[in-house]
Amino acid sequence: MKKLLLSSALVLSAGMAFADAHGVVRLGTEGAYPPYNFINDAGEVDGFERELGDELCARAALTCEWVTNDWDSIIPNLVSGNYDVIIAGMSITAERDEVIDFSQDYYPPTASAYLAASEDVDVATGVISAQTATIQAGYIAESGATLLEFATPDETIAAVRNGEADAVFADYDYLAPVAEASGGELMFVGERVALGGGVGMGFRESDTELRDKINAAVTSMKADGSLNALLVKWFGEEAAQY
Amino acid sequence: MFSFCADPQNLEGLTWLSCYLTTGKHMSIYYAVGTVLLLLAITAPIALGFGFGGAVAARSRIAPLRWFGKSYVAIVRGVPDIAFFLFFVIALDQGFEYLRHQIKCPDWDLPIRQGNDFVVCAAAKLPLSTSPQYVHEIYGFFLAVLTFSIVFGAFAANVLFGAMRAVPKAQIETAEAYGLSHRQTFWRILVPQMWVYALPGLSNLWMVLIKATPLLFLLGVEDIVYWARELGGTKTPQFTDYPHPDWRMWYFFGLLVFYLCFTKVSEIVLTRIMRKLTKGQATLGGEAQRREVVA
Repeated sequence: MKKLLLSSALVLSAGMAFADAHGVVRLGTEGAYPPYNFINDAGEVDGFERELGDELCARAALTCEWVTNDWDSIIPNLVSGNYDVIIAGMSITAERDEVIDFSQDYYPPTASAYLAASEDVDVATGVISAQTATIQAGYIAESGATLLEFATPDETIAAVRNGEADAVFADYDYLAPVAEASGGELMFVGERVALGGGVGMGFRESDTELRDKINAAVTSMKADGSLNALLVKWFGEEAAQY
Repeated sequence: MFSFCADPQNLEGLTWLSCYLTTGKHMSIYYAVGTVLLLLAITAPIALGFGFGGAVAARSRIAPLRWFGKSYVAIVRGVPDIAFFLFFVIALDQGFEYLRHQIKCPDWDLPIRQGNDFVVCAAAKLPLSTSPQYVHEIYGFFLAVLTFSIVFGAFAANVLFGAMRAVPKAQIETAEAYGLSHRQTFWRILVPQMWVYALPGLSNLWMVLIKATPLLFLLGVEDIVYWARELGGTKTPQFTDYPHPDWRMWYFFGLLVFYLCFTKVSEIVLTRIMRKLTKGQATLGGEAQRREVVA
């Protein structure tokens, strides 16, 4: 360990020489929300946001590095400086905007949907699972239904499979591949609900320079259609586009 | 990993399993096992050192040192672990960065706290945002070792404090009668004899420490419980070559076996140490050993 510490100290002092405001931009994601972001078989961050983030960094001429962080503490760790950007399928909401700054949306305002194990679930009064600290959890808490919160998206679906919850409420795009793979065991019920102001990247409020660079890159990807191509690749033909 | 793993859809049974268990993602959980073992190996002696220091401070004749030792033990033992891990680490990290900021960027005129943001100059970041990911990981690991050591050091201090008082008074008086100084009495009579009284408490702490390692994830170190949950979760075929239903039960069963084996081995080793320490002591165990020899 002494050797490890010593070598890391050397790296630290060597790094100092060329440290400017943003030598390496650290991108924080959850890694548990396919197709937005997930850990692939090789153990690396993959998904729509991986491709998008890499492309944005290339266009803005930034060196980027991927970090995973669990959803619960993803905002506190951004503001205390452990990474510089949140890119984790985070919907733009007024409450979050008070704490952090958002880029322009890179995914149009999304529809959230209910996924249940049987057709006759009453989503207005039943037990509905949702991930903690998401707009979906906030929505269920305000509706008449009973909210059951879980730390990870995967657990919200497991709760429906084992009967703990009547239905799960999440982004339609997250649920669609799950419903497809379940072979009819899980089905969409009730109405879809439009929530949030689209998905954006989160920045520290003091970090306007980085936000402007990324915003410019998003604009250029929207203009040349490459963002739409990515949306179709990861979310299918019927995905909302710009 | 193996050449036949190129097309996992057509594999069955054990070959499929051998490919599945050697994916890059599974390597992460094996790596995490190593991280946990390394953490324990480093933390245990450091925590014991903290505990020894705390116990010596708590029974010191110098009042401020005694107050320090006693309040360290009282505060850390009184705060819930999870609160300590969430609050203390962020505070510790920001404290380090604040100090470096004062030294490296004296002419920085912006406030460090801007609303919710904690902003120090780039040269004061720890680790620097330019350093590679493994430096960040080592730093996180180092913070974890320090936090675990401080928490478990406080408990160890209490155990050692009690053990030092449990050494028979006659031993100390005899040492003084022989003309040993206070320091000599402490190092030659008290410390060698106290371990037998401390060991039951310390072994208890060791077991708790083993089980507390999943708290690592709160510190940003990806531990085995995190990976078990991640790997065990339902995998849909769109995003992996190895789709499977909810297998968390099997992964957690694996964890259960791992932790049980580990604590069992620990118990065996601790029993042996206890036998050794008991030898010649004026305790019930020591008395029993003497009888064995006579019989």
